[in-house]
Amino acid sequence: MTVTEDADSVPVPIELGQPLLELLNGFVIELRNASIPVSLTENLDAMEALRHVPLGDREAFKYALAATMVKNQSHWKAFETVFEIYFSLRGDQYALGEDGEGQPSEDGEEQDGDGDGEMAGQGGDGKGGGSAITPEQLAQMLYNAILSGDRGLMRMVSRTAVKRFAGMEPGRPVGGTYYLYRTLRNLDLDGVLAKLMEEARQKVGGKMSPLEERLQGDEFENRVDQLRQEIEAEIRRRLVADRGVEAMAKTLRKPLPEDVDFMHASRDEMAKLRKAIYPLTRKLAVRLQRKRLHGRRGALDFRNTVRHSMSYGGVPAELKFRRPRPKKPDIMVIADISGSVAAFARFTLHLVYAISSQFSKVRSFVFIDGLDEVTKYFEGTEDILEAVHRVNTEADVVWVDGHSDYGHAFEVFWEKFGREVGPKTTVIILGDARNNYHSSQAWIIKELREKARSVFWLNPEPRSYWDTGDSIVGEYGQHCNGVFECRNLRQLEGFVDNLA
Amino acid sequence: MLPPMENRFESVTGVRDALRGVNYLSDESIAGVVYLADRLRKPILVEGPAGTGKTQLAKSVAETTGARLIRLQCYEGLDEAKALYEWNYKKQLLRIQAERGDASKDWSEMSDDIFGDEFLLTRPLLEAIRAEDPVVLLIDEVDRVEIETEALLLEILSDYQVSIPEMGTITATQIPLVFLTSNNTRELSEALKRRCLFLHIDYPEIDREREIVLTKVPGITETLADQVARIVRTIRSLELKKAPSVSETLDWANTLVLLGVQQVTEADAVDTLHILLKYQTDIAKTAKELSSAQSKWQKTP
Repeated sequence: MTVTEDADSVPVPIELGQPLLELLNGFVIELRNASIPVSLTENLDAMEALRHVPLGDREAFKYALAATMVKNQSHWKAFETVFEIYFSLRGDQYALGEDGEGQPSEDGEEQDGDGDGEMAGQGGDGKGGGSAITPEQLAQMLYNAILSGDRGLMRMVSRTAVKRFAGMEPGRPVGGTYYLYRTLRNLDLDGVLAKLMEEARQKVGGKMSPLEERLQGDEFENRVDQLRQEIEAEIRRRLVADRGVEAMAKTLRKPLPEDVDFMHASRDEMAKLRKAIYPLTRKLAVRLQRKRLHGRRGALDFRNTVRHSMSYGGVPAELKFRRPRPKKPDIMVIADISGSVAAFARFTLHLVYAISSQFSKVRSFVFIDGLDEVTKYFEGTEDILEAVHRVNTEADVVWVDGHSDYGHAFEVFWEKFGREVGPKTTVIILGDARNNYHSSQAWIIKELREKARSVFWLNPEPRSYWDTGDSIVGEYGQHCNGVFECRNLRQLEGFVDNLA
Repeated sequence: MLPPMENRFESVTGVRDALRGVNYLSDESIAGVVYLADRLRKPILVEGPAGTGKTQLAKSVAETTGARLIRLQCYEGLDEAKALYEWNYKKQLLRIQAERGDASKDWSEMSDDIFGDEFLLTRPLLEAIRAEDPVVLLIDEVDRVEIETEALLLEILSDYQVSIPEMGTITATQIPLVFLTSNNTRELSEALKRRCLFLHIDYPEIDREREIVLTKVPGITETLADQVARIVRTIRSLELKKAPSVSETLDWANTLVLLGVQQVTEADAVDTLHILLKYQTDIAKTAKELSSAQSKWQKTP
């Protein structure tokens, strides 16, 4: 690693002086604001650790802080964001206006080194600057950067690009995403990718095998991702310089994966949630399994007790019990999969099926205004994601107009499957109970509760929204054993944990 | 108070080079945390997917520092008697019987006698504390013990001492380097985490993986290693039940070498996928992904 030689990596004064301590203090406070638990001892450990790493080495600095303060991998992303904000290249903050100075002199083969220097003179305002490099030159630089995968070159391209395209002005109240969008729109990364692929194809004589194509494509995509990160970092750096550290940290503060709201998750967050759910199910399964075996005693095992009494001279001093075999519950999930709550239903179905070995039987039903049983999609497949996808596309859930009608859906359920609800069954209903002012048919829930072991309702809406507008969760809720707010993975996990 | 000790490593680069010397290719974060653990005298909690070299790290550090590796494999139901120490009660019984009728000894003398060093069976944790020679203590798969049992470890991890009610406290003569590994099947307690440095070992970056393949697989060519690393990266980017681990990558590379493959084609890859992946659905999905041409990079005319 050549981090130390990099001009960008000298973030802080070298001795652990007062300014650094203050900065770290703010850093820790921000970590706690981002709900990463940093205890006092961990804070002290971090200070101690910093005495042993060269402060000029940004990477080492980062790992020292991470190893002492972040003890959960899912918090890493949040840590990284805060770190980037607090220690974003403070060394050459002043170089923002005149871009040339902070620049390490790259081994400028293709990227015309003097273009950069000229920019320094006029780089003061966002758009006008950098006219020394023509768009063609910039495109060429971009192309070279991705072709070679050279981080230094990428950094330079992103600096120029941000300066030219993002149109950043001090005090302008727009978020970093806007600037990112503006920059990327002008760079035409897809076009560059296509061009690179075309040339790679030419090189091997016009035809690549699918595997080669795939590998090459992934390689380039990876580099484009790196470039995108560089651009983001550059924008962030400028924003921090403009707005100050605390303000920036506040805007960029994102909920941890387990706290992301199902109903308002972005596509990116969804992908992260999907990743987070797998380890979660594994953990849950282990925990439920253990809970089943521990903490409870079965009936007295007479034979075993007598046998052990031998070592006490025939006195049954140590009682032995049979292993308990508690009954596994029988689960029926009834999920609303209409627009707004679909994501929530997906996650819950995923979770329930992932730990279905902990239940004796799981049946699932989905509805919008009609209702369909979807158990068969999950049976005989290992791929839950695939099954969930089929549920979304193949299940017959629309009766009239595709707006949620809980009343009708429950009627169908009661008519077709009501007989199969027995005293061992736990019924879980997922939905926001926004019934579009149809009739509620709440008596069905009441009947269900009399027949079933228990009926639970999980609502993905914040509790304060319940029973507002067309939400009638209260009406249903009075007949349930429990109604739970279930907005994020953490709450969902808590519920399932108590279920088995 | 902790006994004074010499540092094992000079610098982060020193750690990297030392580990490289025993064929363990670390990266910046691994070397950095090991170095800090040495300086701060703190245990390292290593977490990460299976097969990324968590246990191997402890072994390699032991090898490179010339220390003895003491390993405690955790499992459900592990208790004090297996982890810390146990009284050798058979021997105690013999002693009592041997001295029966000897009226000169009274009870208190006798009880001092039978709770002495001679009757103590040391288990891995106590052994690591009492060792005179340098040791590396590896507490493997610590997430397998129950949360109550974790408490056993706390005294050792923070103060490097063990309290035995009958004997008093035994303090370490030298501080062992401690590694705890976890597969993250459950959340470890805050108390335990607080006492450790945290290190997450993920699947390696492509360059490092290529290097690992090159070092660990005899007779592999550079082009093949490069291709292996790239294919594995592509596979890991798919949504699979179980992504291929480093050890599986090595197995695969070995297989390719044995089969005499110079350049991996789709057919080769698809035929040998079962070495990389262990679920039928994963294999099917990956085979489909690898052999179908991706049109998204085609230039639209």
